[in-house]
Amino acid sequence: MVNPQKKIRVLIAKAGLDGHDRGAKVVARALRDAGMEVIYTGLRQTPEMIAEAALQEDVQVVGLSILSGAHMTLVPKVVDLLQNAGMENVKLFLGGIIPDEDKPELEKLGVTGIYGPGTSTQNIIEDIQKACQ
Amino acid sequence: MPVTNPQAVIRGERLAVTRALTQVENNSREGYKLLEELFPHTGRAHLIGVTGAPGTGKSTLVNQLAYAYRHSVEGNSPPRIAVVAVDPTSPFSGGALLGDRVRMVDLAGDPGVFVRSMASRGSLGGLAGTTAGLVQVFDAAGFEIIIIETVGAGQAEVDIASLAHTTIVVEAPGLGDDIQTIKAGILEIADILVVNKSDKPGADHTLRALRNMLALAHPLPEDVQHHGTLSTAAPADIEPETGWTPPVLATTATTGEGFQELIAAIEEHRDYLKSAGEWQIREEKRLKNELEVLLRDALRAHWEEKIAPETYQETLGKVIRRQITPWRAVDILLEGARL
Ligand SMILES: Nc1nc2c(ncn2[C@@H]2O[C@H](COP(=O)(O)OP(=O)(O)O)[C@@H](O)[C@H]2O)c(=O)[nH]1
Ligand SMILES: [Mg+2]
Repeated sequence: MVNPQKKIRVLIAKAGLDGHDRGAKVVARALRDAGMEVIYTGLRQTPEMIAEAALQEDVQVVGLSILSGAHMTLVPKVVDLLQNAGMENVKLFLGGIIPDEDKPELEKLGVTGIYGPGTSTQNIIEDIQKACQ
Repeated sequence: MPVTNPQAVIRGERLAVTRALTQVENNSREGYKLLEELFPHTGRAHLIGVTGAPGTGKSTLVNQLAYAYRHSVEGNSPPRIAVVAVDPTSPFSGGALLGDRVRMVDLAGDPGVFVRSMASRGSLGGLAGTTAGLVQVFDAAGFEIIIIETVGAGQAEVDIASLAHTTIVVEAPGLGDDIQTIKAGILEIADILVVNKSDKPGADHTLRALRNMLALAHPLPEDVQHHGTLSTAAPADIEPETGWTPPVLATTATTGEGFQELIAAIEEHRDYLKSAGEWQIREEKRLKNELEVLLRDALRAHWEEKIAPETYQETLGKVIRRQITPWRAVDILLEGARL
């Protein structure tokens, strides 16, 4: 017991009904290569599934990919459900096409980082590392 | 991290369970203390290991198996099920991509199921050590069935087999099903053999190949009997009869075909273990194993604390220059640590 090991654990989930998860997979691999343990959950995750997986995996970070434009309904639900589960300390990161006018509201909900298409994965890695210190 | 209340874990509160799993996995002092409290509440669960090559469909099979247990076991309330899905840590980055949940969507939303992904971490405690710790948390939390998925690769496979009561080895057609390429050693660890993807061409061939192999390894009583009327008259070169011949089953994990039979085989194996006194023997073996792994790690950690890094470097240098043998070096390093 003299060798405590801690790792940043991240859940990557693709919420909403739209079809592909290429971007989410690229981010997942980049985070793994940065030394994180990435739990990948796949397509079409409901807010309930995301909160449940975050609890069972005891992650510090949830990375949500939302391309469908439904972020203003999905994010508040995820935040709520995480809170109900006692996981209010989880840092929420959001990827997708998020209009600027939505950002203040999302940040007020507690979203730590918002990333549009073409964000360098290095940025995301550094933000997560900072948020988990 | 705040201390997790062991009573909350024992009551099965999910937040407490997940925090306990993390503390145990991190090999932290809190985790160690928790296990002290939880240990008296363990020893009740049926531990099922699922192993096999990547891509044979293990995660999909675990999904179906847990689902079948939850939805089709007759009579009383269905068993609560925990899954520990182990994937390798990347040796280069120390990170891991854990994707088994992708195949376990049917278990979402069921409060009687808890799925935890785990990276192998190449930790001091070894895979067996950490996995055993997580299993103890689930056991104490009242999960009656704990399924452990690991990629079948060398030592990890053997470690998991020694942890589980029932080990299921998963094969799939087309992944090289000649007798020669079916990995040596699986017969020693398999309590149940499954040919998954039985919807695919070649499944019959794989089934037959495995059954033939088994017939060689576990001669049926009739095969032995014509050497004499007494079963004790079996020739000495035949393995001592264990009383259990691993069944070979066909499943299609994507549709659920064959899972009632798989559950029946698992329950039969459990009954066999219990009636033959094997359950107790396996428990004892498992705990002995666990103790040995912990002791080995503790001794090594103790040694690392005591040895001066310079002494280590100097001795290693001598071995590299071939001034002393590695055996002599070990003597020097043990003496140098004054344990
Ligand atoms: N045709 C067919 N495909 C399957 C079956 N079981 C799993 N698969 C597929 O095999 C692939 C690997 O499955 P997975 O469960 O991830 O394998 P694992 O690496 O052993 O855990 C996935 O695409 C599954 O959908 C099956 O019974 N039949
Ligand atoms: Mg798998």
